[in-house]
Amino acid sequence: MPILEVEHINKSFGATKVLDDISFSLERGKALAIIGSSGSGKTTLLRCLNFLETPNGGRILVNGETLFDAADHAAKSDAEIRKRRLHFGMVFQSFNLFPQYTALENVMLASLLLAKGRPDYKRNKRAIHEEIEGHAIELLSRMSLEGRMSHYPHQLSGGQQQRVAIARALALHPDILCFDEPTSALDPELTGEVLRVIRSLAEQHTTMIIVTHEMAFARDVADHVLFMDGGVIVEQGAPAELFENTQNERTKAFLSRFSQNS
Amino acid sequence: MSASVIFASLTKTFGINCQIFFVTLLFALPLGLIISFGSMSRFTPLRAIVKTFVWIIRGTPLMLQIIIIFYGPGLLWDGDLLPRVTAACVAFVINYACYFSEIYRGGIQSIPRGQYEAGQVLGMTKSQIFFKVTLLQVIKRVIPPMGNEFMTLIKDTALANVIATKEIIMMSREYATKGLIWPLFSTALFFLLFCGILTLLFGWLEKKMDYFRV
Repeated sequence: MPILEVEHINKSFGATKVLDDISFSLERGKALAIIGSSGSGKTTLLRCLNFLETPNGGRILVNGETLFDAADHAAKSDAEIRKRRLHFGMVFQSFNLFPQYTALENVMLASLLLAKGRPDYKRNKRAIHEEIEGHAIELLSRMSLEGRMSHYPHQLSGGQQQRVAIARALALHPDILCFDEPTSALDPELTGEVLRVIRSLAEQHTTMIIVTHEMAFARDVADHVLFMDGGVIVEQGAPAELFENTQNERTKAFLSRFSQNS
Repeated sequence: MSASVIFASLTKTFGINCQIFFVTLLFALPLGLIISFGSMSRFTPLRAIVKTFVWIIRGTPLMLQIIIIFYGPGLLWDGDLLPRVTAACVAFVINYACYFSEIYRGGIQSIPRGQYEAGQVLGMTKSQIFFKVTLLQVIKRVIPPMGNEFMTLIKDTALANVIATKEIIMMSREYATKGLIWPLFSTALFFLLFCGILTLLFGWLEKKMDYFRV
């Protein structure tokens, strides 16, 4: 059974149709890359998965459980939406670290707040805190940020900030980790360190959806690639298939623009 | 009359200015936050009412507002007059709460959307996002304009003398009518000293918040 099934998602902003009947599925441990030009709806799709936008139609299932169904009009409580969100992790283009917290605190904050809801929190406060801190330290070490844990975001380079953001998203053990153009806000010399981290996550079979403009990276790391244009999935397939044996004219035009640029 | 007696009476009446100052802050700082939420409400009628109210309060002289609060009840429905200092405080609280609300609104709306969204995708509640993520960033942003408002406020307290509140300027003008002019000019020292302390305090606060950038 696929870990994620997206069925017939539609999304409009006013009269503009941004997502038009999007369906795809993703197997556990696989990396999916979504490519396409700006305005093709890639980011909106990720935002729908993370409940930052509400689709106008369609269904989203994780592990066979329906997380979102546009046909179901019953109002969802805030707590319910928050619980569903936790199936997904999100790494933003602009990092969005909390500036008043250190790298370590950024990674720990959400886990600590969630732990406060546990019935045994008061009794085991110290042990819970230590466990969360240990996990955060381990995550930051995996991001090669051992020496940067007590730095504040403004003291870190863009690449380091993005790696903290990845650790922060991993801290809550999401089923699926989403990346929204994770290197687009970085200087070219800093993209490498972030891509290396994402690549190592893929090698450890983290289930991921990566919206990216890095074609070589998508081809290299992803198990499956979607090409979107004008709010629809134009073409999809294994990277070798899609990049070398391109079927659709729009995909061809898009990819040739990229190979000219690079 | 000796200079020390005059200084003592000026100091005592400056206590009234300080009283208005602190009472205004005590009530206007939280009230301003409530008003700012109203002016950002997604419920259009509430937003319209709050914005109109803020426009009226910011668009009319504080001196006039003090007069209305003090004399209004008696003129309009034969009500009892409030004590002078109380009436002055009520006018100051309403007036400054409206100015504070605009400062808060600017601070809150200047927080990037991404901060809220980052909190949301991490499963935080609305109040957790407000208190744990945005509040400190808002405070950092509103400290410099608040410093300005605090300084304006202590000097504005002199306006209370329009309803014969016996504050420091009122007191010193009594000396002036008796032919003694220097007490009036010397009141400047009280305000200068007060604003000097405020400057140091806000400088210290800004330094305290220097460990992070927004």
